[in-house]
Amino acid sequence: MFDFLQFRGPWDLIQAGAWLVSIALLLWMVWDAIRVSQQYSEDILTSSQEGVDELAMQQDGHKRG
Amino acid sequence: MTDITANGEKPSSINLVKVLGPTHVWALGVGIVLVGEFMGWNYSVEKGGALGSIIACWIIGLLYTCVAMIDSEVTSTVAAAGGQYTQAKHTTGPLMAFNVGLYLVLAYTMLEAADIFVFGDLIRIASESLGAEAGMVDARPFVLLAVSALAFLNYRGVFMALSVNFLITAVAFFSIIVLVVAYQFGIFTAEPLQHEGLGMGSLPYGWMGVLASFQFGIWYYLGIEGTCQAAEEVRSCGRSLPLGTMTGMITLLIAAALTWYVCAGSLPWEYLGTALAPLYDSARVSGSTVLIVLLWVGTVFSALASANGCINDAARAWFSMGRDRYLPQFFAAVHPKYRTPYRAIIFLIPIAASFGFLQLLAPTITFSILSGLLGYTFMPINMFRFRGKWPLNTIKRGYIHPFHPIPSLVLLALCAATYIAVFLGFGTQLLAMMVFYIVASVWFVLFRYKYVQRGDQFTMAWPRPKGY
Repeated sequence: MFDFLQFRGPWDLIQAGAWLVSIALLLWMVWDAIRVSQQYSEDILTSSQEGVDELAMQQDGHKRG
Repeated sequence: MTDITANGEKPSSINLVKVLGPTHVWALGVGIVLVGEFMGWNYSVEKGGALGSIIACWIIGLLYTCVAMIDSEVTSTVAAAGGQYTQAKHTTGPLMAFNVGLYLVLAYTMLEAADIFVFGDLIRIASESLGAEAGMVDARPFVLLAVSALAFLNYRGVFMALSVNFLITAVAFFSIIVLVVAYQFGIFTAEPLQHEGLGMGSLPYGWMGVLASFQFGIWYYLGIEGTCQAAEEVRSCGRSLPLGTMTGMITLLIAAALTWYVCAGSLPWEYLGTALAPLYDSARVSGSTVLIVLLWVGTVFSALASANGCINDAARAWFSMGRDRYLPQFFAAVHPKYRTPYRAIIFLIPIAASFGFLQLLAPTITFSILSGLLGYTFMPINMFRFRGKWPLNTIKRGYIHPFHPIPSLVLLALCAATYIAVFLGFGTQLLAMMVFYIVASVWFVLFRYKYVQRGDQFTMAWPRPKGY
């Protein structure tokens, strides 16, 4: 029943490592996405506009300032 | 980048940020495509012989040069994520835009699935070469590792994701150059290239075979149009995007010709037409361990670069459709710290991973190619409407493609020829996919169009179109 827990060689460890790292990365992304959604309102998160160049606006602001 | 403004307050709006340059655009375009040089293109040899394959390489190269020229002109004025989808909503209309958006998402997601499957399989093959028992190593953990690590990279920021893509794409391209130089000058190997002796110089299935080989000639260049998706995150879009796209296209024309040259000269055409990884096989024939390892690394890097670029592009297209409410606006969220379309990135992971797990390479890649081909067919229409509504000198263009309308007409003719070629090989899939897009269009018109706010979509500061 628990054959998959048997250690057959280094590739078993590598495969287990790949599963674990993958799951950890996926869980982190989901956790971060939930955290961001709780910290910011939906209006702000979905407020992006096409073609807006923040760097250019900042540079313009510095020049005026 | 930070998630707060300079005075410590939360921002009032969050946008994608312009941090990319022409090298990133090159890395995005060439990175997506280069895996096609390492595998896939060689099925054109099976259809048309070695000579037929190089004819397809050049003719399909012409198709993609037209694509790159048209894309460069339109995107140099439409500095927004979404690429051809965004172009379609400005020049044509919502239903066309929805379809083009869907072509993009499916073309890139299916290609990503094929890439991660190939990555997993390459690891499995390497494990068996290193002494593991056949069948003991499962490719699936590596498939999942590839997609999750690359998605993580994309989630954390576009600059790092495409900088990494530049590095691994450059290594993959370099491996092709080294293989060609090694064979040509007898470095690492004493095996000569022997094109005549291996079946070059004839068309075994005549010109019909050449036509049939077009469907696989697409692999040499599939995805170069993906550079457009970076438009909203590129500094000086009008300059960087055409520069990155056109240099990418030149790189691919060189890589395609070199790939064909070295493979057709080192492998018999009957074998080449069915090989899984022809460049790697060509290195194995050389007998040099250095070349074998280098080309294995090149193949792995090309698959990863392609998957990475596809995650970037599919997420931008999905995000843009969400922003315009063609899809739920939930997907239009931008991460306040990393400035990436993070929900779109996460949403597409299970789709790519599940198709990667299915290990159905041929149907997956066929879906990708056919979706791409439908997108290319839209481009001449897009160009005619763009030049018709906004003639030269009415809006500022970063790049004006020469000889209009010849590239558009050539592209249309080549797309028609490629449809015939695809129908010869994948007629059922082509028809099934057409039905899928028709059903999706009906769904959009009946259930989704009511949410689209047409007036908000036209975001470019352009004058009123001619005739309106």
